[in-house]
Amino acid sequence: MTEATPKIRIRGLKKAFGPKVVLDGVDLDVMGGTSFVVIGGSGTGKSVLLRCILGLITPDAGSIEIDGVDVTTLSPRQREPYMARIGMLFQNGALFDSLSVWENVTFGLMAAARIGRGPRITRAQARQRAGTLLEQVGMDPAVGALSPSELSGGMQKRVGLARAIAAQPEILFFDEPTTGLDPIMGAVIDGLIADCVRRLGSTAIAITHDMASAQRIGDRVGMLYQGRLIWQGTPSTLFDSGNPVVDQFTHGRREGPIKVDVPT
Amino acid sequence: MNGVLDFVAGLGRTVLDIVRTAGRVALFAAVALSHMVRPPFYWRTLWGTLVEIGYFSLPVVALTALFSGGVIALQSYTGFAQYHAQNAIAGIVILAVTRELGPVLAGLMVAGRVGAAMSAEIGTMRVTDQIDALSTLSTNPIKYLVTPRLVAGTLALPFLVLVADILGVLGGFTVCVMKLDFSASAYIAATLASLKVMDVTVGLVKAAIFGFLIALMGCYHGYHSRGGAEGVGAATTAAVVAASILLLTFDYLLTDVFFSQ
Repeated sequence: MTEATPKIRIRGLKKAFGPKVVLDGVDLDVMGGTSFVVIGGSGTGKSVLLRCILGLITPDAGSIEIDGVDVTTLSPRQREPYMARIGMLFQNGALFDSLSVWENVTFGLMAAARIGRGPRITRAQARQRAGTLLEQVGMDPAVGALSPSELSGGMQKRVGLARAIAAQPEILFFDEPTTGLDPIMGAVIDGLIADCVRRLGSTAIAITHDMASAQRIGDRVGMLYQGRLIWQGTPSTLFDSGNPVVDQFTHGRREGPIKVDVPT
Repeated sequence: MNGVLDFVAGLGRTVLDIVRTAGRVALFAAVALSHMVRPPFYWRTLWGTLVEIGYFSLPVVALTALFSGGVIALQSYTGFAQYHAQNAIAGIVILAVTRELGPVLAGLMVAGRVGAAMSAEIGTMRVTDQIDALSTLSTNPIKYLVTPRLVAGTLALPFLVLVADILGVLGGFTVCVMKLDFSASAYIAATLASLKVMDVTVGLVKAAIFGFLIALMGCYHGYHSRGGAEGVGAATTAAVVAASILLLTFDYLLTDVFFSQ
């Protein structure tokens, strides 16, 4: 019996910006249909890791396989079909200011249709589809007519989530989905994320430094520290990992192996 | 000795920086232009930008041209009246407006208004991850954001310059007839006698090149902005300054090419 191929397999991923080494040989397997949460302090390379997988940043070394294909060796054009299978919720929503909410939600669907990678869709159909997607993330379809600047932070996150799941992607990425939200809205967003991932059967990677969020979203959790994933485990072991670095981080202790420069 | 070496090293670094930046800008422009012949085409963005540049810049360009034409007429009169050469004023106004003032002043106004707006808009999209979001939504950001703006800039500025030419001449006419008591029919006849198709055509060619350069600078600096609001502000300033300098440089080069003989 052969071992199942992970949906996403990362080996020896390295990235440095000048003298600053951000990723120093990251190894990660994420099995299909599961959610993996990467935790870590600010500036430890969590976002860089996601951006490397998305192809927004070119890694210095290492491989990133999606369904067994190393996407780092592909040309941008060859890479496009793989990227089309990924949905992303950005930290601040990254909604397009110049478009209405419904145009934001269905932007990917219309773009895919335009390049022949998705079914043709009229603007009327797109608007109707946006209403359905907005309902799925707990919003009134009437919000579709508004501009993103008229929405609160939590509503922008929900619209961003609706946009990310619009094309029913096989893979979903979440960049600090609860940052800047109050605890209740954070829990609502986490619930929606978990629900969407389960409903679509997607493989998900989320990055966060919100421990409650990590426990709500993840099937597995890993900690990125000094450019490497130093620990992986289940959310239930997050606060009792046995790793002093992880324990200091999850309990928010000032004393421990992680040294934080605090200006005096 | 060390001071001299430091100066030479600094000069070398500056030259290398300029060459490197010129290469990056040329590559950026080449990539953007290559998307003009490859679908999909973003007609909605193109139309929106055409309206933004061509229609909403009309008031500022019109006023600038109108008053500049008037100033040329007044200044020419001050000098020419001493030699009883007032008859040459109509010819001077139309020559100055069609060859130089129309394209250059319209270009500088559009660089300040539209170049800055393009840089700020694209720069804000960069620092708020909207450009990365485009990439994750099956959309090439350069094709979607840059190519339509370059095309719109190239098409809209000649239209604005044509309007500026007409209003610049009107400004000169108004000053000469209303203030300096010239004969209206004689002024119009002198203007028509001095009007050359070549002058207007070269002005429009200049305008197309200026429009392309303004849009290119706005898009390039916005697209590569970094570091939040401060970075967007710096990119916007750089876009306007670079566009203005390039515009005046190319104005000299084009004038040399078309009118030096």
